[in-house]
Amino acid sequence: MSKSKVSLVGFFKSPLLRYLAIRFLLILPTVFILVSMVFFVMRAIGDPITAALGGRLTPDELHKRIHAAGYDRPVWVQYLEFLGQVARLDFGRTLTTNQSIGEVFATYGMATLELSVYAIIIALLVGIPLGMIAARNRDTVKDASARLFAILAYATPVFFVGLLLKLIFGVAIPILPIAGRASVSDELLLQTVPNASGFFLIDALRTGDAGLILDVLSHAVLPALALGLLTAGIFLRLVRTNMIGTLSMDYVDAARSRGVSEYRLTRKHAYKPALIPVITVIGMQIAVLLSGAVLTETTFEWKGLGFQLSSFLNARDFVAVQGIVALLAVIVAVTNFIVDVIAALIDPRIKF
Amino acid sequence: MRGLKKLFTTGLIGSARRSRGVQRFMLITGLVLTAAFLLLAALAPILAPYGFAQLQDSHGYFGSQQPPSSAHLLGTTVGGMDVLSRVLWGSQTALLVIVFAVAMSIFAGVILGLLSGYFGGWLDRILVVVADAVFAFPSLLLAIALSIVISGGRSGLFSGILATASSITVVYIPQYFRVVRAETLRTKNEAFVESAKVLGASHTRIMFRHIFRNATRTLPLIMTLNASEAILTLAGLGFLGFGIDPTMGAEWGYDLNRSVADVSAGIWWTSVFPGVAIVLVVLGITLVGESLNDLADPRLRNRRAANLDELEVAQGGDSA
Repeated sequence: MSKSKVSLVGFFKSPLLRYLAIRFLLILPTVFILVSMVFFVMRAIGDPITAALGGRLTPDELHKRIHAAGYDRPVWVQYLEFLGQVARLDFGRTLTTNQSIGEVFATYGMATLELSVYAIIIALLVGIPLGMIAARNRDTVKDASARLFAILAYATPVFFVGLLLKLIFGVAIPILPIAGRASVSDELLLQTVPNASGFFLIDALRTGDAGLILDVLSHAVLPALALGLLTAGIFLRLVRTNMIGTLSMDYVDAARSRGVSEYRLTRKHAYKPALIPVITVIGMQIAVLLSGAVLTETTFEWKGLGFQLSSFLNARDFVAVQGIVALLAVIVAVTNFIVDVIAALIDPRIKF
Repeated sequence: MRGLKKLFTTGLIGSARRSRGVQRFMLITGLVLTAAFLLLAALAPILAPYGFAQLQDSHGYFGSQQPPSSAHLLGTTVGGMDVLSRVLWGSQTALLVIVFAVAMSIFAGVILGLLSGYFGGWLDRILVVVADAVFAFPSLLLAIALSIVISGGRSGLFSGILATASSITVVYIPQYFRVVRAETLRTKNEAFVESAKVLGASHTRIMFRHIFRNATRTLPLIMTLNASEAILTLAGLGFLGFGIDPTMGAEWGYDLNRSVADVSAGIWWTSVFPGVAIVLVVLGITLVGESLNDLADPRLRNRRAANLDELEVAQGGDSA
């Protein structure tokens, strides 16, 4: 952010490149702080082996396991070792299932990604139009209802939305499946697809089997709605506020006085400046989405990272928890960087 | 804290007076819901027909998953407890968590923000990076980790409340920190701070008497956000099984967790009532915060209403 005109390297003369470089370097301290926090928080409970297997092994065996895993060494040695591992992108192995964290992500990450993609699509489809309608009809019944919807979407815990959707569409009017990512037979079928991506919709599309596609989609509707509505409220408020701000700008007044219709004003003139913040906020929503995904996946038995994380937590496998959370921290930091870069490329007003 | 109290009362009443139409409706609905919540929390021991962990009375056991009846107005849970009583007692738990979480976050966030903004330098840089890192991280995951550390996952009423409140505190400190730091940066070069310095006031006195007084403008809004987030996190932790032990205290998230299986069997009363309780409380607090925000933000203030006022004056009050 330095305003100095003297740059160390000629490469950094371009303010955009310098911004990108600084923003990229900022990933490192962020990841470092989060990973350290996760490590010390998880170590404050004691050694992970006692936590996971405490009741099941004799004290002697327990001691042997602790020694073998190196948990009887000073904490700072373990800390440095953990940092070294993270630097090599090795996040450890789970205690209960003895998988590497990389494998856990490879197996369950796609499910969470798939759910998040659906949720963001729903959030954008619902949030942006409603936000624009609310801004255009400011202080009318339409505006009030849209805002009430936004606040309700925020005030309702995502798992309660999930339970209500289950009650309505699974029990009262049983038209949609209420658990899992696909029917059992279809899930097995999907695993036989060559080079299966784990993104069920993509795999189903590749088979070209309409029944399969429908099954996968119908399973996704309720969880995606639950998670999507949570985020839709945030987009709605954001678009509404920005739109109101933009609509009161001089250039919009000028256009209005030239006789441009209100419809055209919203669609052509105020639309774009009001949408740029949405991109930045999508980045910030990654964290909210991940928190929401843990709860949504638990509610709908959607076998993704969140579901897996909560079962590791219940099994008290804190090595797994530490690894998953640390890798998520890296992913969040990198995603935020990418979003900031996109925002900087799109919005010429962003200062470097 | 006197300044804060004054700000809150005059802020709320003044806002109610200035508000109009939709905004007034939102603010008043929010205040009513919040007041009802506070009242229920205070009167839970009197209002609740049974204890939160009571399983039987003189007529024998309540029975599990009983539909609403005259003895149990909202039915009983899968564990055989009275739903109405647990919802009412749950408001007390929620209120305690809010009070602890907000108090601790304000305390830490304000002090760090003042120090960081006032002194600047390397302390400021480090705190900003840490705050940004915590801010970007999924708050629920952090809360889960902290609640395991503080209470081993499951716990009694007080340790559970403290664990939840502390985890929310850690997540919310960055919010207060950012705002207070920004306000401190804004005010620290103002003339009145300079003159206080010239008069020989100590750093502490300048920070708390001169700068903090001027930095409280946005605190009420963050407090309402913080309070609603506290309830949602408490419920989320309870839903994942990291909350308060059901025999130690009533907690809405835990009740929702136990009702997941009921839902598939069409048993709706165990989930709907605690869920609605969460929604109404968060809704109330958020509506208050949202209206305060609208009224404080000149971009969002009801311009049309203000223009109408001017029109009325211009036309001698001759308008609808």
